Amino acid sequence: MTPSMTSRHQRNWDLRAAGNFIGGGTGSGLFVTAALAAAAGAPFRLALAIGLACVIAGLSLVWLEIGKPWRALNVFFHPHTSWMTREAIVAGILVPAGLIGAVAGSTAVTAVAAVLACGFLYCQALMLRAARGIPAWRQQEIVPLILSTGLAEGSGFYLLVGAQTSNWLVFALFAGLLREVAWLAYRAGLGRTPAAARSVAVFGTPPARFVRAAQLAGLVLIALALAAAVLAAPPAVILALAGAGGALAALAGWGLKVMLITRAAFTRALAIPVIPIRGRSTHARQS
Amino acid sequence: MTRYVMVADLRRCVGCQTCTAACKEGNGTPPGVQWRRVLDLETGTYPAVNRVFVPVGCQHCANPPCMEVCPTTATRQRTDGIVTIDYDLCIGCSYCIMACPYDARSLIDQTGYAFGDTPTTAEAARTGRETAGVATKCSFCVGRIDAGLARGLVPGLDPDATPLCVNSCISGALSFGDIEDPASPVNRLLAENQSFRMHESEGTEPGFHYIWDKGTL
Repeated sequence: MTPSMTSRHQRNWDLRAAGNFIGGGTGSGLFVTAALAAAAGAPFRLALAIGLACVIAGLSLVWLEIGKPWRALNVFFHPHTSWMTREAIVAGILVPAGLIGAVAGSTAVTAVAAVLACGFLYCQALMLRAARGIPAWRQQEIVPLILSTGLAEGSGFYLLVGAQTSNWLVFALFAGLLREVAWLAYRAGLGRTPAAARSVAVFGTPPARFVRAAQLAGLVLIALALAAAVLAAPPAVILALAGAGGALAALAGWGLKVMLITRAAFTRALAIPVIPIRGRSTHARQS
Repeated sequence: MTRYVMVADLRRCVGCQTCTAACKEGNGTPPGVQWRRVLDLETGTYPAVNRVFVPVGCQHCANPPCMEVCPTTATRQRTDGIVTIDYDLCIGCSYCIMACPYDARSLIDQTGYAFGDTPTTAEAARTGRETAGVATKCSFCVGRIDAGLARGLVPGLDPDATPLCVNSCISGALSFGDIEDPASPVNRLLAENQSFRMHESEGTEPGFHYIWDKGTL
């Protein structure tokens, strides 16, 4: 019996759910980048504000998806074991912290918000990891993949809204390479999991290859921007390369999450480990 | 302690789907939502092909992953092992659906009736606003069990205290009862036959046992 026989494509979490992971990842990445920028004396308030908007947009999309939106506050009831509750609790502190950081321009509050953002992103990663019904999410390598993708998205986005100096290009390149390593580890892990065979196939389809190409192209463009900055190329060239690279780094992350949540999410197949011989008698029937 | 479990004898199931129909009728689930299903699996390659019918549904795990992830505590476990959903707490986030390795849960996003606009008696009694937009699954007919127990009946032995799928099974493939009771039919069945549980490696300790082989024809 092939494991895929009874596996089906989950349709309960759609683009709106993917939007939560996109907003949460990019937003958290921007929070972290903004905190580093604040510490380094670089502009950070706009990045923080955009990060905040991303997180709020992501959570709003989830709110639109749930079946009983007017009971949404019930989400806070189970912090003991539910990563969704924990995500909501962290978000409840993260949003005001980000707001204060962006409005007041406080470096200290921004640093606190960045730590909370890391927690928020970690909760999102663990949410997927805890989904035992979806082999593609159950993979342990999903955690570093979600974390590094968020960082790559945020640092890439910062190149669009912040400075394009060497430091930030190095940071974005580092985050992109980190995501690359995490992606390769995830794909290798997925390949070793028979239950994830259908997900592996999805990652070989043209849309997934397109996302992958965008991810690699973003890395190359950021590296070229860095080289241009080191070689003191005209600012317009650096700006164009960094902007395009940053945009691709963010968009590739978004594309990856859309693939992961909406296309590669197949349920675990119902399978039996043995073949019964039909027609044998049953002992101990109830009398 | 009591722990109610279901036992399916894969040697006896003929795939007639009567349990499916009985569940549907009794629980009034809307179109597209099926708590008790029977998989029709083909194994092997021609000409050595086998066909196996596998009743599936909520496994009422001892360690339910759905309960672990539920952000609202709507999914709970009773002391008798039955995993329940509080429809008044559930927010319909579908996280439990993602967490269930047995594909046993559904989100009712649209209420509807099996035969057009007019509900059947069971649908009229069971389908309401409380089940729209929330997760649902097999409850082991917990209402029947509780009502039966209140009348001094024994689940698994007395039909009025036994899940509808078990009552309706034409081949005696499905059995139900307290696995902690040494005298219960399910206990004896499991003691005298070879059995397995699905996806045991997940550590969920399902309350659904499958008997597959022992002895001779």
